[in-house]
Amino acid sequence: MSEAKKLAIIATKGTLDWAYPPFILASTAAALGYEVQVFFTFYGLQLLRKKLELKVSPLGNPGMPMKMPFGPKWFKGINWNIPNLVQSLVPGYESLATTLMKQTVKNNGVASIPELRELCQEAEVKFIACQMTVELFGFQHSDFIDGLEFGGAATFFEFAGESDICLFI
Amino acid sequence: MADKELDARGLNCPLPILRTKKMLNELTGGQTLRVVATDPGAVKDFQAFAKQTGNELLESGETNGEFTFILKKKA
Repeated sequence: MSEAKKLAIIATKGTLDWAYPPFILASTAAALGYEVQVFFTFYGLQLLRKKLELKVSPLGNPGMPMKMPFGPKWFKGINWNIPNLVQSLVPGYESLATTLMKQTVKNNGVASIPELRELCQEAEVKFIACQMTVELFGFQHSDFIDGLEFGGAATFFEFAGESDICLFI
Repeated sequence: MADKELDARGLNCPLPILRTKKMLNELTGGQTLRVVATDPGAVKDFQAFAKQTGNELLESGETNGEFTFILKKKA
């Protein structure tokens, strides 16, 4: 398989919404026959934890629609315009938004993050965790799922330098 | 009749493609797989999948909002 195309991804975000692009692209590329490596650094490390606690925050994100995943169609269509001040002051607002997003994801037949992550590993996508940020954030190797490699920037470039596509997410 | 069937109805991108790939792995070269999906994005995606993987897209059709694809596994 030495003539297989190569995709290299750097995953730097640790929220539920931003967890999707790296796992969707990595799993799809693998299905298309690409050899894929994903380098997880900084907040991206959250995506590799055994216990995923990913959340999404609409606070300060004017691009994120706030819609209800239940009720009649007209109700689901309403975009709830909630002021930043309220979002920041109401306790549990982030958890609520996360619950709503997870329900919306389910309603739309979109895969969950644990499912996509598993599909990636099944398809032999190689995950590399940035050792420097593991230490910086005080993580233990045992906090993460099995099958990872721990390495640094040089490890990433070994593969990225020969990749056909390289993405920073 | 296809050799295998995959019901990908209700699933959204990229699951229909991922499940298809998985199921093709269980077939031998020349065998066919019939996929039914409801994701409107699947039409373009299955064309792209076939083009990039060398598995042939024998049929692609739509009835009542359901998309049907027949793929022939690469020999």
